[in-house]
Amino acid sequence: MRSRLLAGTLSLLLLGILVGAWHLATLPKGAVAAADSEYAKLVGAQAAVGSKSAFPSPADLGQKLLEHVRDPFYDRGPNDKGIGVQLAYSILRVLLGFSLAALVAIPVGFLIGMSPLVYRALDPFIQVLKPISPLAWMPLALFTLKDSNVSAVFVIFVCSIWPMLINTAFGVASVRREWLNVARTLEVSPVRKAFMVILPAAAPTIMTGMRISVGIAWLVIVAAEMLVGGTGIGYFVWNEWNNLSIANILSGILAIGLVGMALDFFFSRLQKAVTYAE
Amino acid sequence: MSFLQVQGLAKRFGTSCVFEKVDFAVEKGEFVCVIGHSGCGKTTILNILAGLDAASDGVVIMDGREVAGPSLDRGVVFQGHALMPWLSVLKNVAFAVRSRWPAWNRVQVQVHSQKFIDMVGLNGAEHKKPSELSGGMKQRVGIARAFAIQPKMLLLDEPFGALDALTRGNIQDELVGICAATRQTVFMITHDVDEALLLADRILLMSTGPGARIAEIVDNPLPKPRARHEIHHDQRYYRTRNHLVDFLVNRSKTYQMEEYRNETRLRRRN
Repeated sequence: MRSRLLAGTLSLLLLGILVGAWHLATLPKGAVAAADSEYAKLVGAQAAVGSKSAFPSPADLGQKLLEHVRDPFYDRGPNDKGIGVQLAYSILRVLLGFSLAALVAIPVGFLIGMSPLVYRALDPFIQVLKPISPLAWMPLALFTLKDSNVSAVFVIFVCSIWPMLINTAFGVASVRREWLNVARTLEVSPVRKAFMVILPAAAPTIMTGMRISVGIAWLVIVAAEMLVGGTGIGYFVWNEWNNLSIANILSGILAIGLVGMALDFFFSRLQKAVTYAE
Repeated sequence: MSFLQVQGLAKRFGTSCVFEKVDFAVEKGEFVCVIGHSGCGKTTILNILAGLDAASDGVVIMDGREVAGPSLDRGVVFQGHALMPWLSVLKNVAFAVRSRWPAWNRVQVQVHSQKFIDMVGLNGAEHKKPSELSGGMKQRVGIARAFAIQPKMLLLDEPFGALDALTRGNIQDELVGICAATRQTVFMITHDVDEALLLADRILLMSTGPGARIAEIVDNPLPKPRARHEIHHDQRYYRTRNHLVDFLVNRSKTYQMEEYRNETRLRRRN
């Protein structure tokens, strides 16, 4: 309890130092210089002459965040949607691609784990396909699927599939022999054995794979949305770069971090729920 | 014809032979123990009887049928208890019961499972996970699970090997009681001579491998019911015990050589 309190205090202290340093670095300076009028229009007169940093101060960001939190779900046309709406698009794509990947990876992983023959037959494909950056599939997806939304989901599908597939296969292959022997002496049917013995025995390993997958999917969706555009938190960040609103970019980054943390927390809970002590 | 017949059983890996020419029979309701040094293939024999392993040679016939795979007719208590750690005690037993009687409803399965959990003295612990149990309690669950499917024959693979002496004694007493009550046919592996004398009606002595055989079959002279705190007062106890220990210490190794000599002598004579 005491060490927890201490750790919390230390975290707050670190945050304080960080914000303090940031605040000092973005304080207005006295220097005056002639500024290009075009540039001044873009970044603001004070920033253009160098008296104020173009980088927002912590207070600017705080104000921006407050605006986002107050009204996260507004929709004023394609280039001006609330951060909540953008996040919802991203989360939806991730969950859709991830679920489809789970539907494929877990049964196929089961098959690979149960049959050394299937494992050896599929292994070369997995080894070649696994290291391909999921974004490399994007042009191919856009060409064949002819829809940017579906393509983004497809990219998430591709990047989520490998950790789940490999972990499921490994978990299934390393189910303790004695549990399988118990099932054999009890003449348990193959389907019942799969669901009552192998699945619960391999569940912790499968959940680890799902947790890694969802983490990767959340990393990839930002890049994918920057490419396909339109909606999503990745598009939001890129769009705010075009708007040169650094405070909004920072808000987006913070939101990405928080949602990623929430996803990981959710899956760590699931993982804990299926883990058993031996 | 005996209830279980084992004829000419052998197990070989390539050119090396674990055991061969293993012949014995078990009558219905009989308790048979196998004693031998580790590596003589006791567990392999048990696995073949269970149908989990295949013999290189020979047949096993139980109740007039050849054993060709695992069956609910033969319950197995594994060396390392083999409980499913994600299931509670009750659910571990219920898993077996549901496998045996798939048509039963939830209540029937529960009542039947509970009966066997009570039998091994675990009432009150039925909702605990195996990780919350001591080694002795885990093994008790393994025994309850095997008895609960009411198999024609029970196979026990050194079930008490990992337990301390006190716990082992208690569970042995329980097993004596349960077997007396259920008239269960049992085949058990042990390396504990006293355990064999307490539980077994007949004791198979295996010689040391490679090429292990059943060297001797000893009838337990001690009358039933046997109680752990009484049998050592019987004069026949130490006589038999000495005989068994002598075998394990001395004759189990020389047996092979004698056998080999006899065989070559026979061959020469022919």
